[in-house]
Parts: sequence; C-alpha cells; structure tokens
Amino acid sequence: MNRRNPNMRVPEHGRAPFAGETQQRLQRLWETEPGWRGWLSTVDHKSIGLRYLVTAFVFLLMGGVEALIMRVQLARPDATVLTPAQYSQLFTMHGVTMIFLYALPVLSGFSNYIWPLVLGARDMAFPRLNALSYWLFLFAGVFLYASFPFGQAPNAGWFNYVPLAGLEYNSGPNIDIYALGMVLLGISTTVGSANFVVTLLRMRAPGMSIDRVPVLVWGTLTASGGNLLAVPAVSLAFLLLWFDRQFGTHFFDVLNGGRPLLWQHLFWMFAHPWVYAIVLPAMGIVSDALPVFCRRPLVGYTPVALSTVATMVIGFIVWIHHMFATGIPALALAFFGSASMVIAIPSAVATFAWLATLWTGRPVFKTPFYFFAGFILLFVIGGVSGVMTAAVPLDWQLNETYFVVAHLHYVLLGINVFPVIGGVYYWFPKFTGRMMSERLGKLGFWTMFIGFNLGFFPMHIAGLLGMPRRIYTYAPDMGWNTVNLLTSIGSFVFALGVLVFIVDVAWSYRRGPLAGANPWDAPTLEWSVASPPPPYNFATLPFVASRHPLWEDRLDTPSGAARSQLDEGYILDHGREALATTPLEARPDAILRMPSDSFAPFVLGVFAACLFGAMALHAWTGCALSIVGCAASLIAWLWPERALHQREPEGVKVHGGAHG
Amino acid sequence: DDTAPLNYFLHAAGPAAAPTLTLGWIFTAICTAVCVIVAVLLIAGIVRRRPELPARGLIHTSGMRWIVIGVGVSTLVLAAMLAHALVTLERVATPPATPALTITVTAYDWWWKVAYDDSPDPARRFVTANEIHIPTGEPVRIVLRSADVIHAFWVPRLAGKTQTIPGQTNEQWVQADAPGVYRGQCTQFCGAQHAHMAFEVVAQDRAAFSAWLDRQARPVASDTSSLAGHKLFVDKCAGCHAIRGTDANGMQAPDLTHLNSRRLIAAGALKNTPQNQLDWIAHAQSIKPESLMPSIALTSDEAEKLSAYLATLN
Amino acid sequence: MAEPLGAYDPSRALPVGSVGRRPGGYWGMWTLIGTEAALFGYLIFSYLYLYSQSGTHWPPEGLPKIAPAAWNTVVLLSSSGFVWLCERFVVRGRPKHAACAMLVAIVLGIVFVGVQLKEWRDHPYGPSTHLYGSLYFTITGFHMAHVIVGLVVLTLLLVWTALAYFDEARHAPLTIGGMYWHFVDIVWLFIFSTLYLSPFVL
Ligand code: HEA
Ligand code: HEA
Ligand code: HEC
Ligand code: CUA
Ligand SMILES: [Cu+2]
Repeated sequence: MNRRNPNMRVPEHGRAPFAGETQQRLQRLWETEPGWRGWLSTVDHKSIGLRYLVTAFVFLLMGGVEALIMRVQLARPDATVLTPAQYSQLFTMHGVTMIFLYALPVLSGFSNYIWPLVLGARDMAFPRLNALSYWLFLFAGVFLYASFPFGQAPNAGWFNYVPLAGLEYNSGPNIDIYALGMVLLGISTTVGSANFVVTLLRMRAPGMSIDRVPVLVWGTLTASGGNLLAVPAVSLAFLLLWFDRQFGTHFFDVLNGGRPLLWQHLFWMFAHPWVYAIVLPAMGIVSDALPVFCRRPLVGYTPVALSTVATMVIGFIVWIHHMFATGIPALALAFFGSASMVIAIPSAVATFAWLATLWTGRPVFKTPFYFFAGFILLFVIGGVSGVMTAAVPLDWQLNETYFVVAHLHYVLLGINVFPVIGGVYYWFPKFTGRMMSERLGKLGFWTMFIGFNLGFFPMHIAGLLGMPRRIYTYAPDMGWNTVNLLTSIGSFVFALGVLVFIVDVAWSYRRGPLAGANPWDAPTLEWSVASPPPPYNFATLPFVASRHPLWEDRLDTPSGAARSQLDEGYILDHGREALATTPLEARPDAILRMPSDSFAPFVLGVFAACLFGAMALHAWTGCALSIVGCAASLIAWLWPERALHQREPEGVKVHGGAHG
Repeated sequence: DDTAPLNYFLHAAGPAAAPTLTLGWIFTAICTAVCVIVAVLLIAGIVRRRPELPARGLIHTSGMRWIVIGVGVSTLVLAAMLAHALVTLERVATPPATPALTITVTAYDWWWKVAYDDSPDPARRFVTANEIHIPTGEPVRIVLRSADVIHAFWVPRLAGKTQTIPGQTNEQWVQADAPGVYRGQCTQFCGAQHAHMAFEVVAQDRAAFSAWLDRQARPVASDTSSLAGHKLFVDKCAGCHAIRGTDANGMQAPDLTHLNSRRLIAAGALKNTPQNQLDWIAHAQSIKPESLMPSIALTSDEAEKLSAYLATLN
Repeated sequence: MAEPLGAYDPSRALPVGSVGRRPGGYWGMWTLIGTEAALFGYLIFSYLYLYSQSGTHWPPEGLPKIAPAAWNTVVLLSSSGFVWLCERFVVRGRPKHAACAMLVAIVLGIVFVGVQLKEWRDHPYGPSTHLYGSLYFTITGFHMAHVIVGLVVLTLLLVWTALAYFDEARHAPLTIGGMYWHFVDIVWLFIFSTLYLSPFVL
C-alpha cells in the first residue's frame, strides 16, 4: 500500500434511472433506520429541517398565545386580568420566544431543508453537527420555559437590562434561567451557523459558482457569518451577569465600579446584527420565490446579493441606535444615527428589485404570491418607521413607546412571519408531496393581512400619543383606549388567520392533492427531484451552468452556452459519499465520506443540557459529571477512522492527480 | 390636551421639543409618501394588464433601471432627511443659553425625588417628589440620577427622554414657553410598577415660581406636632417618609412636607384628595401592587387622626 | 452526452476523504476561530470600556509584574512551534519524532498552566474583590479554559500520532487541532498586551 499518496478515485459518472439498481443502493446507504433509534440518531438534513420548522412553529403559537393574553389585559384601561408580575413574565417570554425560539430557528429550518437541495448536494457539510444544533435548540427552548410553570420565568424584558436583572432587584431563578438558557442556545446557533458557512464553501454542485447560488443562500450565509461574530457578545454578557449573580463579581455592580451600560453595549452589539440575521434569509425566500410567481428571474440578482451582505456589514455599526437615550454625547449619536439611515439604501435595492420583478413579469396569483407581495408593503412600512427612529432627536421621543413596538412587529412579522408562511405554502409540496389548499391559503392570507394591520398599525398612534412600552395597564384618561382596543381586536383576527394556516397544514398533510416534482414550474434544483426527495437527494449529482437550471430552455440562453445537466453526473455510492467543490468556482475537489446516523449528537446535547441544568441548580458535582460526559461524547464523535484506506476497493486507487 | 396628556405629536411646548415636532411631521410625511408610492406601484404592478405569454415562455428584460432610479431617488431623499435630523439634533441637544436653574431628579422604584439643591443658601435647598416646578420661558437643567435601577425621564411635550442610570449622572434640559401642567412618565421598564411612575412638570411665570420656591423651602409649622396624628405618623410612617421640621426623617420614600401642595400622589396614580390619601395608605398594595409602600391597616379612629394631621401638610 | 461540462472533467480522479485542506473540519475550524476571536474581542472590549469609565488606575494594586507572564508567553509560543514541528515530522514520515514534538508541546502547555495558576495564587485579590479582579480572573480564566481544552486536544493528537493514525497524506486532525492551539496562543498575545502591557501606557 502506497502511503505517500492519498486515495484517489475517478468517481463513477453516468445516469441512475428511477428505481434502478443505483438508486436502490443509494436508498439503502442513506436511509434512516425506522423506529426510535433512527429518530434519535438521524442526521438527514431534511428531517432536521422539518423538526426545526415544526418546533419553531410550536414556539410561535406559544409566544402568540402569550401575546393574546397580554392583549386581553390591554384591551381596556385599568384591567386586572394580569398582575404586574405576570405581565412582566408574559412580555419577556413573548419577546424571548419570538425572537430566539421562533424567528431564527424557523429560518434555520428552511435553510436546513432547502440548502443541500438548492445547492445540489447530498447533505450539509457537518450532518452530525446539524443534528446537535437542533437538539441544543430544543433543549434550550425547554430550559427557557422550565421555570414558567412556577411563575418564575424571565421577567426583565428580552433585553434584560441590569441592574433590574441583577441579583439585588431580581433574586429568584428567573434571570439565571434566562442567562444560562441563552448561553446554551448560543451554542446551538453557533454550530448551526458554522455548518451553513462551511456548507456554502464546500458543498455546492459542480458548476454552481458563487454567483449562481440562490438569494436565500446569500441570506442564510450572511446571517450565519453575522451570528458567528455577534452571538459571542450576548453569550459573554449573560455569562458575566451570571457570574455577578452567582460569584459576586462586579461587572454590573454599580457600587464597585461596574457599569450598567456595559450590558447595553454588549447586548445591542449582538442584538442589532441579530435582527438582520432573522430577516435576511426570509428576504432571500422572497427574492427566490417571488420571481417564480412572476414567471421571470429576479431583477438585479447581483445588487440584491450584495445588498444582503452590505446590510449585515453596516448592521454591525448601528447598535447604539438602541441607546440614544443613555446620555452618550451627541456627536457619537449623530454618527450612529447616520449609519442607521444609510442602512435603508441596501433595503431600497431589494425593494425596487422586487417591484421591478413584479412589473416586468406576469404574476400568477397563487397563495405564496399573496404572502410575498403583502410582505413588500409591510417591509416598507416597518422599514420607514425604523428610519424615523434612526433620527436621533425624534427617537428621544419615540424610544420605548409603542411606536417602537409597532416598528418591531412590522419588521418581524412583515419580514419574517409573512415570508415564512408564504415559504411554507411554496415548499410544502416538496416537504410532503402534497399541495396546500388555495382556498384556505387565500382566506388565511387576507385574515392575517387585515388582522395584522388592524392590530399593529394603531400601535404607531399609541406611541405618538405617548403610550410607553411594557406597562401592564393604563389609566382611562390617557387617550389610549381606542387604539388599544383596535390593537387587541386586530391581534385576535391575526391569530385567527394563523389558525386557518395551521388547519390548512394539518389537512393538506394527509389530504392535499398530490404534487409532482415541480408544481410551481420553478427554476431551482430542489424542484428537479421527487417530492418529497429521496434520502440521498440526488442520485446523480447535478452539474449547474446557470442560476436557473430548470428554466434554461426558456430563458434567452445564448446558444452554445453550457447547459446544466440534471440526469447525468457523478454517482458517489461507495458508502455515504458527497462531493466537495472549491469555494468560489465550485470545481470538484474531493470525495467526502459522510457520517452515518449517530447517537453522538443527541447524547452530547443531553449532556450539555444536563450541564446547564446542573449550573442552574448549583449542583456542582453534576456539572463536573456532565462536562466529563460532554468530553467523552465529543471524543467518541471525533475519533478518526484509521480504517479508511482498507475500506476503499483496491482497483480504483490512482496515483498523483493535482487539484485545480 | 386633556385627553392625551403625553401627546407630543400635536403639542410641543418649548424649544427643546418644537424642532423635533417639526422633524417628526416632515419624516412622517415623507415616510407616508414612500409607503403610498410603494403601495401604488405594488398594486399597479399586480393588476396591470399584460400581453399574453410569448411562445418562448419566460421573458428576460432587465428591469435594472428600476433599481437605479429607485435607489438613486431614495438616497437623495434619505440624505435630505439625515441632514434635517442632524440640524435638529444640533438644536435640541443643548440649550440656547446657560440655564439659570438646575434641578436634580432622582428616580426611585417607583416615584421621583426632586431636589432643588443649586441654591448657595442651604436654607433654600429642599426636596420634594413627583412634581417639578419650573419658571416659564427659560431653559432649566435637569440632572438625572437613579437610586436603584434604570428609569427614563420623559416629559414629551417639553423634551425627549433620557435614561437615569445608577452610577452615572445624565443631564437634559427642558423649557416651557407657556404656563401649564406637563405630564411626565418613566419610559424604561423598571419592574412591577413601571406603569405607574408618572410625574408632572408645572410651569409658572417667574413670580409664581418664586413664590412656590419660598413656600417649599419652608419646613412645616412646628405646632402640628401636638396633633395625635403626628405621633401616629412618627410611629408608622417616619421610617420611610420625612417631614422637614419634625423628627420624621425617613429617606427612602417621598418627602411629605408639603404633601397637599401636590396635584397627584403615588407617582401619578391618584388625584391628591384627602380620601385618596387614606385609600392609598390603607390599600397601597392593591392600588400599586408590589410598590415599596406597604398597605397600612388603620382603625377608623387612627385614620381620622392621621388624616387630620396630613391635612396640615400644606 | 457531449454537452460541454465547462468547469470539470468527469474522468479526473479525486481524492477520497479528508485530505490536506480539503476536509470540512479545516473550514469548520476557521469558523470556530472566527467566533472565538470575537468572544475574546468582546472580553477585551469590556476591559477597556470599564477601564475608560473607571477614572482610576488599573490594576489597583500597582503596575503588574511583567517578567513571569512574559516568560510564560514565550513558553506558550514555543509550544505552538512544537505542534507545528509535529505536523512537519508526520509529513516527512517520521512518526516517532512527531510524537516527541507533540509531547514537548503538551509539557510546555502544562508549564504555562502551572505558571498561570501560581500567578493567580500570588495575586492579593480574587475575582470578587474588585472590578479589576473580576475582569482579570474572567479574562485569564476564559483563556485558561481554552488552554485546557487545547491540552486535551493535543493529548488526543499525541495518542493518535503514537497509534499511527496519521501518515504523509492523511493528517487533517493534526492540521486542524494545531490551528486551534495556535489560535489559543495568539489570543494570549492580545490578553497579555491588554492586561500586562497596557497599564504601562494607558
Ligand atoms: C426584524 C428585524 C428588523 C429590521 C429589518 C429592522 C430595520 C431597521 N430598524 Fe429596527 N428594530 C427591530 C428590528 C428590526 N429593525 C427591533 C426588534 C427593535 C426593537 C428592539 C427593542 O427595543 O425591543 C428595533 C428598534 C429599532 C431602533 C431603536 C428604537 C428605539 O428603541 O428607540 C431603531 C433606531 O434607529 C431602528 C432602526 C431601524 C432601521 C433604520 C432599519 C432599516 O434597516 C430599515 C430599512 C428599510 C426601509 C427604509 C424600507 C425600504 C426602503 C425604501 C423603500 C427606500 C425609500 C425609503 C426612504 C426614503 C425612507 N430599529
Ligand atoms: C417574531 C417576533 C414577534 C411576533 C410574531 C410577535 C407577535 C405578536 N406580538 Fe409581540 N413582541 C415581540 C416580537 C414578536 N411579537 C418582541 C421582541 C417584543 C418586545 C418584548 C419586550 O418588550 O421585551 C414584543 C412585544 C409585544 C407587545 C408589547 C408588550 C409591552 O411592551 O408591554 C405586544 C403588545 O401588544 C405584543 C403583541 C403581539 C401580538 C398580539 C402578536 C400576534 O402576532 C400574535 C398572534 C398569535 C399567534 C401567532 C398565535 C396563534 C394562536 C392560535 C391560532 C391559537 C391556537 C392555539 C393552539 C393551536 C395551541 N408584542
Ligand atoms: C416601608 C416604607 C413606607 C412606609 C412605612 C410608609 N410609606 Fe408612604 N410611601 C412609601 C413609598 C416607597 C412611596 C412611593 C410609592 C410609589 O409611588 O410607588 C410612598 C408614598 C406615599 C404617599 C404618596 C406621596 C406622593 O407624593 O406621591 C403618601 C401620601 C404616603 N406614602 C403616606 C404614608 C403614610 C401616611 C404612612 C404611614 C401611615 C406611610 N406612607 C408609610 C414608603 C412607605
Ligand atoms: Cu421607572 Cu419605569
Ligand atoms: Cu437595531
């Protein structure tokens, strides 16, 4: 055996007819074992993606029900449905749930499911890490809710300012749960983000150069890059807070030189990039899917992709716009306010790209189109209210009033919830093989759209009438009665729309008409495989020659230009194998051996959750044991496979072979 | 405006707020216009009649002109908005003249301590609560502190808000051009009773203001200590409350020396009437749950005596 | 099919498995380093921010003693050198040398930990004494945690090297684990500059 050269192999290239021998072999290789073992050990990105989606929607409902209870309390002045303590926990858990347990995870769900399919890959770069990321998300969610039933949930608002969140003013377990839960969730987000970044760099189909990836991929990539740099800030902030609370350190302890503003800086350095992380992928969904219903490619792919990145980059220098009222010198405020306004320019690029696509295309009025078109308007309304708060003197008035609550719901629901529900209508056939109902879909859209605007537009007025945020009740003579009643009614109408959507999902899952591989006649790779896709995604790895592999026959492709090849390509079937390509041009680079299903992620996730549980309970022995458990499962996970050479059939080994 | 006392979007009452009001309306107008234009383009784009699909199916006309024009115009508009915002910032960030009067406001869970402590004469320095008096027509400097957590000081019709941050001293200025009562409100979530942490700024002409200063600087008339209520007060209340000129000198609750000169009690939660005072004392925890004043059970006899005593705090 | 495949020639052989810089883990390590660098960046930001707000001179006990920490810096950096050597030896086909180099690296790492622990003991303050103490122990503690994880990684690499898991062509774990260790060392330079050098100039 020649030890000086790596194992080289000319990958088999050819066709793999439907239900043919190759496909059966691939099926056997990639299939997940049925039963609970398979359930706990699967690393299939499609299962993980769906789990993310379902879990995130459960959290949306929980956060939504919390909001509805608040709206009952706020519908009339001087109401006593809730005590102040209950109200604080409700709005805090509502914000935490929506921002951290719904908004990003739901997009991770789409990206997990869709990425390998649109990239023409067999799986993500790190399938096991992917599973770990899901388990940690689930456990962190459960953890954050652990104290809720005891009336001890986090209660200092989602941005949790100290010293209110410090031991002196908040001595229960409430804040410890929040702090530790956020650190745990941060690990999940970080490994998930790392996975997306590496998947983008390595796992694209041959020929899918960086300028041919869908905009959703740009969105998730940018968001992931942003998360990698931003999440440590909040993890650190929460750790420091926990140290202060547990070990008597002085980071935020005013009497000993600690500074409450350190918290605000660290938190917003994270949270502003984060709010873009939870919308850029959703904007990507629209940029990819709206054109399908306009029957033409997106106008301005390159500017839109660049504006995605630009938004995130500028997003890192605007955090102080959440701190305009903290007494920072006006000159600094002027800078951060200006940066916050500049960020509207990349948004304008996207807005006009969508409008142009709509105008120059020929819309087909299917349900997803409704959600994406409605989104455009909500995005602009939410965006311009952001511009108003970016004007420093104006924000000194608007800050911490319902105007900001209106802004954040317009952007969060407008740019996240509406595209997400549109995205579910769009990809549901791929997920399940069945179509959702057009009738219920349109009914749901109009209910949501009307309910949303009825509910959240009056919040702007409430803010201008001076209504502060986070008040559990208000006096009848403040002039806020009507707007609040409208908001409460609108909230319930909106919730009804969500209910219609849920009913549609449940019904269509079993009874929806069968969808073919490509029910929308869409151009991207995920629609070239069966619905739902086989476990190995692609029997032969596609070769991609354009941004719209499935539309090449109809676009004005110059004759003689390369065509994508979808039914002939590499067949990697010596085990679970995938193709690695080069980061920019996507030339074939290596044959990757993908891990099989494994319990390691689940076990590691459980140990990590135990560790945080033990920390919350001050069970230091438990902590030590959990750390040992984590380390052991990690070592088992990472143990290299010496047997690789022998497993390779001797015949295919080739010497040399430069890569280029 | 009686029906919306915090409405700053129709009524600004001084130079620290007026430029922002203009800015706000101009921004609102532009932003509304942007939304309307986008809505019109959106709807027109949807309903517009189009030629049938050509045989080749998809069209591929560029449409890039949309982006160039749209972004170009947006950038110009944004630049103008930014310029206006910066000019306004310049105007409201600092007062036109150095304020002659400085008031120190300290935020407490869930009320405001107001100290007139810039007089060189110690006898003219005093502390009051939840009601700030200022002279009209001149800028007043407000020094902002916090005794516990972060709050925010906001009198929307007079100026924007500023957080009060423990361990740090912030400042802002207000000016009222006309006499009147301007409501203020804590706007940073500060715990259970954040909702009921209001206060009032009473603007008076110079003469009335000076008279008010004189009265407030005076301690109570000493002869009230003979009242039965006084003893009750010292027993039950003086651990927290002070009445200057008596041996009640608690520090962690509102100074009650001139209680009856104030319009509201319990940080805006109730009108200041003798009945409300008694209600508050007996039911503080149901009027403002979790507030740092306990509900104090009084027999009707005690209540009467206490009430009689409180009635002297003018 | 005779369609032009543009970018690739299907008859070309490709390496199988994790080779050189090609494995996902190599890129994954870069993402880990990116996010960890950000973490230490925020720690140092916290130090500088709190210092700028403190109005006093840090450390409160007087200027830090540089010598032990400086020597310790040298120890840590040379440890990185030996990790690098280990990989070179594997590439040259000298597994015994490689294992020895890794062993030296680990010993140097342990020396670093020891010196650091002694530093900790010698300080008259602890993490809850004052704000500086909180920062000092948190920053060096975070770093220490990374060093310990790094030592576990190096030990695993040593075991795998000794068991001949790696050869000239296939030693990605060494590359990747080595990157982590180099990162931990480079971060120390920033911490050293912040905690030990900056008090002399700020
Ligand atoms: C979901 C994500 C999201 C998004 C995308 C945005 C987008 C923006 N946000 Fe928002 N923001 C939040 C989520 C988000 N925000 C949240 C959650 C909070 C509250 C946190 C809390 O306190 O709880 C907040 C709060 C917040 C504040 C602090 C307010 C305060 O507390 O006082 C500010 C201040 O500058 C701000 C600004 C902006 C700006 C300038 C944008 C811009 O990116 C918007 C740009 C888009 C457009 C402008 C529309 C399209 C452009 C055109 C059509 C061109 C023409 C336009 C003009 C000429 C105006 N946001
Ligand atoms: C993605 C983010 C997101 C979403 C979707 C929402 C959705 C909603 N939000 Fe939320 N909100 C935030 C993010 C979000 N919010 C944040 C970050 C804050 C700030 C928190 C803070 O200050 O710390 C906030 C604060 C906030 C407040 C201010 C509280 C305060 O300051 O005092 C209010 C008040 O009305 C409110 C209301 C609502 C309502 C009515 C909805 C509605 O859209 C909800 C609609 C309902 C559902 C989606 C559920 C549907 C339920 C059914 C259909 C019933 C069926 C049930 C079962 C099947 C079990 N929100
Ligand atoms: C343990 C401390 C404590 C005791 C004892 C106490 N108070 Fe209070 N009191 C407070 C606090 C704190 C407030 C401010 C509460 C708020 O507005 O949230 C307050 C507010 C008041 C107010 C309203 C003041 C204003 O201007 O808003 C009155 C009147 C008052 N107390 C009277 C009394 C009387 C009379 C007694 C005794 C019978 C008493 N208090 C006992 C702590 C106390
Ligand atoms: Cu004080 Cu809110
Ligand atoms: Cu922001």
